[in-house]
Amino acid sequence: MNLALYLCLRRAISVALVSAGAFVAFACSAGATTIERVVSPGGIVAWLVREPSVPLIAMDFAFRGGATQDPPDKAGAAAMVAGLLDEGAGDIDSKNFHERAEAKAIEIGFTATRDYMTGSLRTLTENQDEAFDLLRLAITAPRFDAPDVERIREQTLSGVRRATTSPNELASERWWATAFAGHPYAQPPRGTLESVPAITVDDLKNFVRKVFARDALKVGIVGNIDAAAAGKLIDRVFGSLPEKGALSPVANAIPQGLGQKIAIDLDVPQSVLMIGGAGILRKDPDFMAAFVLNHILGGSAFSSRLYREVREARGLAYSVYSAVMPLDYAALFMSGTATRSDRTGQILEIMETEIRKMAETGPTEDELTKAKSFLIGSYALRFDTSTKIAQQLVQLQLDELGIDYIDKRNSLVDAVTMADVKRVAKRLLDARMLVTVVGKPQPVTAKGG
Amino acid sequence: MIGAVLLGRNWLIGIVAALTLVLQVADAAADGPEIVDFTLQNGLEVVVIPDHRTPVVTHMIWYKVGSADETPGKSGLAHFLEHLMFKGTAKNPAGRFSQTLATIGGQENAFTTADYTAYFQRIAKEYLPLVMEFEADRMTGLVLTDDNVLPERDVVLEEFNMRVANSPDARIGEQVAAALYLNHPYGRPVIGWRQELEKLNREDALAFYRRFYTPNNAVVLIAGDVTGDEVKALADKIYGPVARVAEVFARVRPQEPVPVAIRQLTMADPRVAQPSLQRSYLVPSANTAKPGESEALDILAQVLGGGETSRLYRALVVDQHIANGAGGWYQGTALDESRLGVFANPQPGVTFAAIEAAIDAVIDNIAESGVTPAEFERAKTRLIANAVYAEDNQASMARWYGAALTSGASVEQVTSWPARVRAVTPEAVQNAARMWLDKRRSVTGYLVKELPGNQEKRS
Repeated sequence: MNLALYLCLRRAISVALVSAGAFVAFACSAGATTIERVVSPGGIVAWLVREPSVPLIAMDFAFRGGATQDPPDKAGAAAMVAGLLDEGAGDIDSKNFHERAEAKAIEIGFTATRDYMTGSLRTLTENQDEAFDLLRLAITAPRFDAPDVERIREQTLSGVRRATTSPNELASERWWATAFAGHPYAQPPRGTLESVPAITVDDLKNFVRKVFARDALKVGIVGNIDAAAAGKLIDRVFGSLPEKGALSPVANAIPQGLGQKIAIDLDVPQSVLMIGGAGILRKDPDFMAAFVLNHILGGSAFSSRLYREVREARGLAYSVYSAVMPLDYAALFMSGTATRSDRTGQILEIMETEIRKMAETGPTEDELTKAKSFLIGSYALRFDTSTKIAQQLVQLQLDELGIDYIDKRNSLVDAVTMADVKRVAKRLLDARMLVTVVGKPQPVTAKGG
Repeated sequence: MIGAVLLGRNWLIGIVAALTLVLQVADAAADGPEIVDFTLQNGLEVVVIPDHRTPVVTHMIWYKVGSADETPGKSGLAHFLEHLMFKGTAKNPAGRFSQTLATIGGQENAFTTADYTAYFQRIAKEYLPLVMEFEADRMTGLVLTDDNVLPERDVVLEEFNMRVANSPDARIGEQVAAALYLNHPYGRPVIGWRQELEKLNREDALAFYRRFYTPNNAVVLIAGDVTGDEVKALADKIYGPVARVAEVFARVRPQEPVPVAIRQLTMADPRVAQPSLQRSYLVPSANTAKPGESEALDILAQVLGGGETSRLYRALVVDQHIANGAGGWYQGTALDESRLGVFANPQPGVTFAAIEAAIDAVIDNIAESGVTPAEFERAKTRLIANAVYAEDNQASMARWYGAALTSGASVEQVTSWPARVRAVTPEAVQNAARMWLDKRRSVTGYLVKELPGNQEKRS
C-alpha cells in the first residue's frame, strides 16, 4: 500500500479571515510524504516513510502492555524496565553499552506509559548497523545486573520522593487513585515508596517475557532507506521475539468517585486543581466530535473558552486546559489549572460554570467553524520532522486507524456537525466530575474571592 | 537545575541548559541547508533556512532585548512586555492575530531570556505573508490599555507562582545566579523579582517597547518550505515599510569583576524531598571567549556532565554510589560572561561534603591529567551529530540561529561551529578546566528540607 500524504485545507475558511488584510488564496499542498506498509521477511509489519534528504533514521515502536502489566503491589516495574533496557545487554555491560552508543551518537530510549512500553531510536544513517544491533540486544537480551538494577531503583525512588511534595503530582496521583480504585490505572506508573523497593529482578524479567512479543508490537520508521532494507533492520531487532506475549488481562473501567471534591493540604503559594470525568474511547464514532468540542472548551492554547474566561478576562491563571484522553481500558475528560490559594474557590466555580454552559448549549457556529478549520490546518504540523512522523506512524497503528487515515482525517474533522458536537457535549460534560485540589487549606466560606 | 531561564507565554519551552549542548547547527561545508541572510534598508536582518520536506513554515522574529537590558528596579519587564505583545494594535485589535492563527491552524508562542525576546508562528506555507503582516504591524503598532495590562500582570504573577514560588528547585537556581553575578544583570531572574513585578505598569511596558522594538533591533528567521527569493520579495514588501523608531545602541551591560571568593549558600524548604547541590562557574560565552575557548568549554561540559558516560555520572552515581543523579552543562550562547554548571542529587544519608569532594576530584583530575582520547572523541561526535540531528527540525534550526544571532554571533559563526568543535585539541579542553573551573569563580547552592543545626553536618 502506498498512499500520498495530502496536507491540505479543503474548505474555505475565509469568513474569519476577511479582516486580516493581506491574505493568500487557499492552496492544497500535496506533501511529498508517502507511507509504505512494509512486511519484513520474518513477517513483521511496519510503516515506513522514506526521507532522502536528512542523513538519519528515526524509528519508533510500541508494545501494548505498559504499567498495567506491573504485578500487584509492584507499581513501577514497567518504568524500571524502561530505565534498565539500555543498562547493559547481551555480553555488553552497562558502561560499554552507553559508550558504544555515545561513540556514534546513537540515541536509544524507552518509556513506560500506562498502556504501552514505547521505544525510540535515532541514528545517523551511516551508523545504522551498530544502532540496530544495540537496540536488538536491549530488547532481546537485557542483563538486569544487580548494580544497575539498584542504581535505577535509587533514581526511581528519588523521583517518587520528589513527587510526594509536588502539587501537580499529588493532584494527579490522588485523582487516578480515586477514579480507578482497584484497577491497575490507580497505581502511579513511576511506583510508590512501598512498591519500588519490592520489585525484584524476576519481576523485571517477567515483564519482558510477557510484553515483548511480536503480536503486541507496532513499528514506524523514517529515513533514507527502502522497504527491503527496512524489513531487514526490523527483523534484526525484533525477529527473534516470541510470536505471542502473555499479557495479564486488564478490565475495562469507568472512573469512580465522580461528584467528590478532594482537598489535599500542602503549603504552597499556588494551588493546583484537576477536574476529570468519563471520556470517549478512540474507537467511539463520537470521538472526533469530542475532540473538536474539547478544542473549543479548553484544548486551544490561546482561544479556548477556558483560556478566555480564566486567563484573559480575569488573570486568574497562567495555564488552564482541558483534554480528551482515550486510554486502552478507559476514556477520560480532564481539565486543570493552578491559581493563588485565595482564588481557588473562584476559579473552580468559573471552570465548572464553563463546562456546564458548554454541556447545555454547546459551542457557537463561529466557534465550531474556527475549531474545525484550526484542526484541519494544523494537522501538517505533526509531520514536519522525522521523529514526529515516526511517532505518528506508531500512534496511528496503536489506534488501529488504518494506513489511509492521514488521507481521510481532515475530512473526518470537517464532517463533524453542530448536532454531533452538541450531542457529545451533553454526553461528555453534563456529568459529575471528580475534583482534586492541592494547596493551602481555605476557609469553608471562601468562595468567589 | 538552573530554573526557568527561558520563559514562554504559555508553556515551558525549555531550559537553556538543555539546549547548550546542542546549541549550534549545520555543517557549512557538507550538505546542510543553503542559508540565505540579508538585511533590509530599515536595518531588519532576515535569515532563511529552507527545508522543503513538508509544506510548513516556521516564522520567528527575534528582538535583541532581554531581561539583562532592563532598567534596575524594573525586573521582569522584558518578559511582561512579551505577554503584552498579544494585546493588539490599532489595525489589528486585541485577539485578532491569535484568532486568525486559531482559524488557519497555526501554532504560536513567544519566549524571553536574558538576551533576547522571540515570537513565532508555525503555519502552512501559504499563510507566511499573513503572519508577516501581523508581526510587522505589532513591531511598532502596539496599543495598551490598563484594561488588558493589569489582568495580564496577574497572569504573569501566576506564572511566577507556578515556575518559581511553587518550585524550590527554581528558587535555589535564582539564588545561585544572583550570588554568582556581582555586577551583571544576569543575576536577575528573567521573570523578575516579585516585588518589582507587582508594580510594573502600562507606562513601563510602552517605554520599554518604544526603546527596543524597532526593525533595526530585530532578526526574522524563516525556516521551512520557502526559498530565499520568495522571502526576500515578501520581506521587502511587508517588513520593508516599517520605519525605524529608535536608535540602537551597543548592548553594554555592567561587567563582572574578576571573582575572588568561593561562595556557598543554603536554602531550606519543607517540601524538599530530594536534597540537591548545584554549582555555577563564571566562564566565557561564545561571544566573550577567545577563539576556540567556547568550543573547548562545550567539549569540557560534555565530558564532565553529558549523560551516563560522563565523568560526574560515572564517578558519583555508578562507581561511588553517593548520588542518584549528576551531570553538567555549559551555556555558550550568551552576550556576556556565561556559566558552566555541575549538579548532583545525594543518596539518602550522604553529606554534601562527600558529594563536593567527589565533584572536586573529578574536576581536578581533568585539570591535572586531561581527557582520554576515547571520551574526547565521543564528546566531539556527540556535539557534531547534534548539528546534523538539528537539521531534521525546522523549528529547532530557526531557534538555534535566532538565539545565536541575538547573542552576538553571525550566520557564518553558527554554520562553522561543527568545524570549530572538530578543531579543538585535548590540551585546550584541559586548559579550559584549569583556567575556568577555579572554585573562586563559583557559587555552590545546597537545597535542603531544613537548615542544619549548629553542630550537625549538612546532609
